Amino acid sequence: MGLLTVSGSPHVHQDLSVKKIMYGVVFAMIPAMLVSVYFFGLDALRVILISSAACMFFEWLIQKYIIKGPVTIDDGSALVTGVLLAFNVPSNLPVWIILIGAFVSIGLAKMSFGGLGKNPFNPALVGRVFLLISFPVQMTTWPVPRPLFAQKLVDTVTGPTPLGILKEGIKDKANTVQQLFDEGIKAIVDGQEVFYKLPDYVDELIGFQGGSLGEVSAIALVLGALYMLYRRIITWHIPVSYLLSAFIFAGIFWMIDPTYYVNPLFHLVTGGMMLGVFYMATDMVSSPMSPKGQIIFGVGCGVITMIIRFWGAYPEGVSFAILIMNAFTPIINRSFKPKRFGEVVKNG
Amino acid sequence: MNEVLIIAVISLGAIGVIAAIVLFFVARKFKVIEDPKIDVVEEKLPAANCGGCGFAGCRNFAEAVVSKAKKEGNLEGFNCPVGGNEVMGIIAEALGLEVEESEPQVAVVRCNGSYQHAPKKIKYEGPATCEFAHNLSSGESGCPYGCLGLGDCVRSCQFDAMYMDKETGLPVVIEENCVACGACVKACPRDIIELRNVGKKSRRIFVSCINEEKGGLAKKNCEVACIGCQKCFKVCPFDAITMNNNLAYIDYEKCKLCRKCVPECPTNAIWELNFPPRKEKSDKKPPLKDKEAREAEQKKPTEKASPGKIAKEKLDADKKDNKDIIN
Amino acid sequence: MKTFKSGGVHPAENKLSANVAIQPLQLSKRVFIPISQNLGAPSQPVVKKGDEVKVGQLIAKGEAFISAHVHSSVSGKVFKVDEVIDSSGYRRPAVIIDVKDDEWEESIDKSEELKKEISFSKDEIVKKINEMGIVGLGGATFPSHVKLMVPEGKKAEVLLINGVECEPYLTSDHRLMMEKAEEILIGTKILMKGLGVDKAVIGIENNKPDAIEHLAQLCQNYDGITVQALKVKYPQGGEKQLIKAVTGREVPSGKLPIEVGCVVNNVGTAFAVYEAVQKNKPLFERVVTVTGKNIHNPQNFLVRIGTPVSELIEAVGGLPEDTGKIVSGGPMMGKALISQDVPVVKGTSGILLFNEQESHRAPLKACIRCAKCIQVCPMGLEPVLLAQLSDHQKWDEVEKERVMDCIECGSCHYTCPSGRPLLDYIRLGKFRVGQIIRNRSKN
Repeated sequence: MGLLTVSGSPHVHQDLSVKKIMYGVVFAMIPAMLVSVYFFGLDALRVILISSAACMFFEWLIQKYIIKGPVTIDDGSALVTGVLLAFNVPSNLPVWIILIGAFVSIGLAKMSFGGLGKNPFNPALVGRVFLLISFPVQMTTWPVPRPLFAQKLVDTVTGPTPLGILKEGIKDKANTVQQLFDEGIKAIVDGQEVFYKLPDYVDELIGFQGGSLGEVSAIALVLGALYMLYRRIITWHIPVSYLLSAFIFAGIFWMIDPTYYVNPLFHLVTGGMMLGVFYMATDMVSSPMSPKGQIIFGVGCGVITMIIRFWGAYPEGVSFAILIMNAFTPIINRSFKPKRFGEVVKNG
Repeated sequence: MNEVLIIAVISLGAIGVIAAIVLFFVARKFKVIEDPKIDVVEEKLPAANCGGCGFAGCRNFAEAVVSKAKKEGNLEGFNCPVGGNEVMGIIAEALGLEVEESEPQVAVVRCNGSYQHAPKKIKYEGPATCEFAHNLSSGESGCPYGCLGLGDCVRSCQFDAMYMDKETGLPVVIEENCVACGACVKACPRDIIELRNVGKKSRRIFVSCINEEKGGLAKKNCEVACIGCQKCFKVCPFDAITMNNNLAYIDYEKCKLCRKCVPECPTNAIWELNFPPRKEKSDKKPPLKDKEAREAEQKKPTEKASPGKIAKEKLDADKKDNKDIIN
Repeated sequence: MKTFKSGGVHPAENKLSANVAIQPLQLSKRVFIPISQNLGAPSQPVVKKGDEVKVGQLIAKGEAFISAHVHSSVSGKVFKVDEVIDSSGYRRPAVIIDVKDDEWEESIDKSEELKKEISFSKDEIVKKINEMGIVGLGGATFPSHVKLMVPEGKKAEVLLINGVECEPYLTSDHRLMMEKAEEILIGTKILMKGLGVDKAVIGIENNKPDAIEHLAQLCQNYDGITVQALKVKYPQGGEKQLIKAVTGREVPSGKLPIEVGCVVNNVGTAFAVYEAVQKNKPLFERVVTVTGKNIHNPQNFLVRIGTPVSELIEAVGGLPEDTGKIVSGGPMMGKALISQDVPVVKGTSGILLFNEQESHRAPLKACIRCAKCIQVCPMGLEPVLLAQLSDHQKWDEVEKERVMDCIECGSCHYTCPSGRPLLDYIRLGKFRVGQIIRNRSKN
């Protein structure tokens, strides 16, 4: 018999680890990955693989040769960042831009703060926003989705995202929302006149719309989110408050003026909303810890997202909204404490 | 054009005047009258803010010194352990006072329960802080008085004067760097570390054990424990050794460094530091091997005293600790 | 199904010995009875070396208000009054007795006969409980007679009997409820009389349906006692959580349960009270579960206080080869023992053996701020914050974050995916803040 171990209680521990949580997130993203391959072809797979491999490589490189500490790429956090970054870019992005994005995500947003658990901002979002600002053309050239078995033998055609159409279409009140659904906006591609229409709700739900490769299918993302909720990797507080506040905020303007403001449901299923709500706003490291704080965080994200979508320069506001609220996380943690047992006494 | 100029001049001027008036009254109201001597004294202090003097920092010490000097005209009871007599002399001079010299001191680790002498009986798992381990149980060696070896003292030292010896699992004081601020004494949950007078030529004799258990029990856990046999007590010609709860203690004020007690100790619990080697005949027992080794170890950094080495050692210790420290 | 509202975890129950009947353990050759086995002031020994003692004889007197007497659990000769290592890992004063025969004090009623009539007055009951050295047997070992003395200005309304046993592995209370149900109910009646309340609720976790049924059936013959089934959730058996679950009242921070009119006692205590009052029997034996996954026949023993743990382990077939940890108490709140020689005391509810693999903590990882510790904290604290502040030695902030409310249930460390020793740091913080508070009240 070896020496007896003496340690403080508790002496049993839950069968849970960082690794399990991270691979749980990756597992939850598989449906969205499949949908992206279905709509964007092998290009999507290429981006996902390069991005995750690059993220893991950079983490290994930095931990091994700059920090010279233990290497922890097997915990899966770099993989999650890599896949999320891939989800946030168009599928036709050149390799070198993906590499820059991965380097910014891991090197700047994560390792420079001290690695896993210490980054104030979601690394994948920092990477995406960095790319969006640095390479606006490449980052907003969206390939048109084509179902895998209906491939036409033409070069990749690009087109705008629904939110882009909306932003462009109702600028200066040129069209009404209804017109955008029915006729769309006019664009000149290769000397030909093309009309881009807003997709209908069924297409938006299953993912038949332009956009970043992982964000298009609301159904696949919700499927993964349900799995994460079931596994208790995320809690309901942030997603519900995020969606609800965005819905209400958009709903108010829609009620006031339905001609130029689109139905709030449209906002929930287009753009990066579902991806951001379930996979990035809920990032454990950069979101508040108490349930109350998480609700505040979610509401803040929802409102800021809609403000950017309505009046901002960009058609999409999810990434900025989450990053802005990430910055508020420490102060939210400080001001919104969980309810202490025995604090408010109502005895009956 | 002129009109714009005039408006600008008048409005800016008005703002300036109002701000000046407000500032004047605010400065009046919140004026803090401070003895300028405090600044003078603070300037002389080492600015380590180690707390060794018993005050929160050098500023507080300076304030206390100045108020004492004002009230009573002396500096009794005040000592900056870091600056030592030199700094206290300068301060006294600045305040126009005399200062009595206090004996320089150094930290001494009074435990020799190394891995070899007090082998592990249990395995401790938990945060690498002595205080927690102390509250949890008697420690890996089983000795309820012995060093826990988790380095609270080393972390508390601001002068790079301590490091953990990996061979023995005990802290070692680098005498050269030690300023006797007492931070380690406070940090140790078991009061193992004591400040003792440096002594002539840095020579010191002390009992390297604080175990108050009965001899048999103490010896069971650690072969170099003080077993309370009183041999040293009987042999001491200067009454410098006192026996309390099965434990011998050498009073450094009374000890004349005659070294008679050292060979008497059956467990080699009494240590002599920085003495020349004994002559063969007086050496009844060959000193334990490790003792020499540790003495050499204790001297080594003083000889080299290269900050790089010390810093590296400290870094290593910190790295090891970091494993279990919450960020 | 009632339960407390926020927090809580659900560890694997592993109640291996739930169906094993209580067996008396063979007498040891020598017992080591620590003379201070309760929360509060230490007791003073009243025997000396060479004295002959009988079973049930007083050997240490608790003279302070919060302290309890200790009685001999065996008959024989006092070998010496010395120190032994107890579950704290340090040597504490103890009376060591060489066992000879099993001669009980004449005043103790050894018959098995059930004595239902309660012929004592309220004050006599309190006095009797004090004399017989009864302490809370749930683990905290708070002297029971003190609980019955309701302070001036407060009023007890309901007595809660804690049969929750939410700790995994442990089954001693469960077995007691199955085998000594009548005695527990009479004990409850005595406690009700001692407190002057006419309502008592026995809270039992839902994973013991047989005990719930059994007690509910017997309750019908006892006025004012009901059984409340509770959801299986750790720490349901925590005093404050139990009160919240059963009555819906929340004990204010830093206050005792009497503040909301509740008094909580363990079923083991109720049984001991029955024996003390009706049978004149001091508290010198208790039921101890000896269990562990690598033991072939986990047992519930009736053990004399002071028996070394090694004898209990011997009785279940000896220490398994790969034992890595011996825990006194449950796996969530118990203490790891530093040797097998530690004696059983009044608060020992179980002896738990872990194999080498189970006894080690997971390797430490970085905190990912998943907030699971906050979700599971039954006291609504932020363990991750407390641990951080405590590590940085910011004791004033630790105090402000209400570290003293922590009940040390261990849910935070249990659930942490990074294996961070949150409770260890919080305990350190509690210790230091406790010191600071004591110093402050002194000045």
